[in-house]
Amino acid sequence: MNIDGVRTGIVLDHIKAGKSMEIYELLKLDKLNCCVAVIQQVDSTKYGKKDIIKIDEDIPLDFDVLGYVDSNITVNKVRDGKLDTKVHLSLPETLTGVIKCKNPRCITSIEQEIVQKFKLVDKEKKVYRCAYCDAEHVAR
Amino acid sequence: MKDIRNLINITDLTIEEIDQLIDVANDIVENHSAYEDICAHKKLATLFFEPSTRTRLSFEAAMLELGGSILGFSSASSSSAAKGESVSDTIQTVCCYADIIAMRHPKEGAPIVGAQRTTVPIINAGDGGHFHPTQTLTDLLTIKRKKGRLSDMTVGLCGDLKFGRTVHSLIEAMLRYPNVKFVLISPQELQVPDYIKEKMTAEGAEWVEVESLEEAMPNLDILYMTRVQKERFFNEEDYLRLKDSYILDLAKLETAKEDLTIMHPLPRVNEISVEVDDDPRACYFFQALCGKHIRMALILFLLGIKRA
Repeated sequence: MNIDGVRTGIVLDHIKAGKSMEIYELLKLDKLNCCVAVIQQVDSTKYGKKDIIKIDEDIPLDFDVLGYVDSNITVNKVRDGKLDTKVHLSLPETLTGVIKCKNPRCITSIEQEIVQKFKLVDKEKKVYRCAYCDAEHVAR
Repeated sequence: MKDIRNLINITDLTIEEIDQLIDVANDIVENHSAYEDICAHKKLATLFFEPSTRTRLSFEAAMLELGGSILGFSSASSSSAAKGESVSDTIQTVCCYADIIAMRHPKEGAPIVGAQRTTVPIINAGDGGHFHPTQTLTDLLTIKRKKGRLSDMTVGLCGDLKFGRTVHSLIEAMLRYPNVKFVLISPQELQVPDYIKEKMTAEGAEWVEVESLEEAMPNLDILYMTRVQKERFFNEEDYLRLKDSYILDLAKLETAKEDLTIMHPLPRVNEISVEVDDDPRACYFFQALCGKHIRMALILFLLGIKRA
């Protein structure tokens, strides 16, 4: 199966197989007017299988959200048909407005306007703590 | 905006600042008249979104003894929180009327939200099961007054060590002092959480877990009692089997050191028999008094006021 290369835009590579639609929705790619290709279950020498998303426009990306969802993703920015920049993601140190605290005793559970904040406390185990109540949240 | 110091967690204070607070608290007792009007024309707002006896009254007594005034509320139902006002809006309003705020809220992290918008110092007077730093300061002052030191001792913590926030904070605070050994006395169901054990190990502190209070008793310099609540157990059989093990009475004290210090954050229900109250080693009401003195020192510290 062939999908045309991106002329000027972004290629999200090495997405964990099966996670591409989650990222598609998180980045609200359905709201774009440009061409977007979601390619699933591509053979990968590194991971066995992977997903790829190609976006035919250079849109601003929230690397924190992407890094949180899948820190193995590679972001390739393409300009005039050539690779311009390559960004390897990592788990962000802080997450602001990305995930919600699930602790029913947390102040954020009753005051909806408070901006949800989490801090990374264990990179290896992908453990975050709520900045308000310290409840643990483990990234998938 | 001027720099404001808040106290949300005990770790907001350095070990030197804690020592300084303890020194001031002791000076307040020794030179009480020097502090009588030191906070004249200053106002403390006590914002208690849930009920409290010791914490609220000790804060209010502390400010009154410093010559200041108090205002506030003692339950959410008597504030605009009942109408749905946010913590942030409440704090921004109270900042217009008070010089310092002591706040208790049932939701964890509420004082952090308040601290984001405040223009006066905020003291966390307890946020749910999260932090209660002035209880920890109270405990440290009590230990310092009774033992003359905060290092080189064996501290026994007994009862519900899993959910007891005062226990976790005290361990974290005492870890900063050299040669403090912890004996953790609890049923398996209510042991100290792993992250606290990891902290003790990482700091190089000696600690041991036991189930029997009698077994631990002879070695202890401090015995910090907490309540074992029935609702924490998975089944009633275990509760019935263990409940009496964690009730302190004179019989269990027979093997204890003569200079043992018995502490409890209060309120107690039945975990310390009333017959222990008259034992000279019982210090829990003295601890409540220490709570007022350390809060006086804390108010002065956060307001930047020093004795002339």
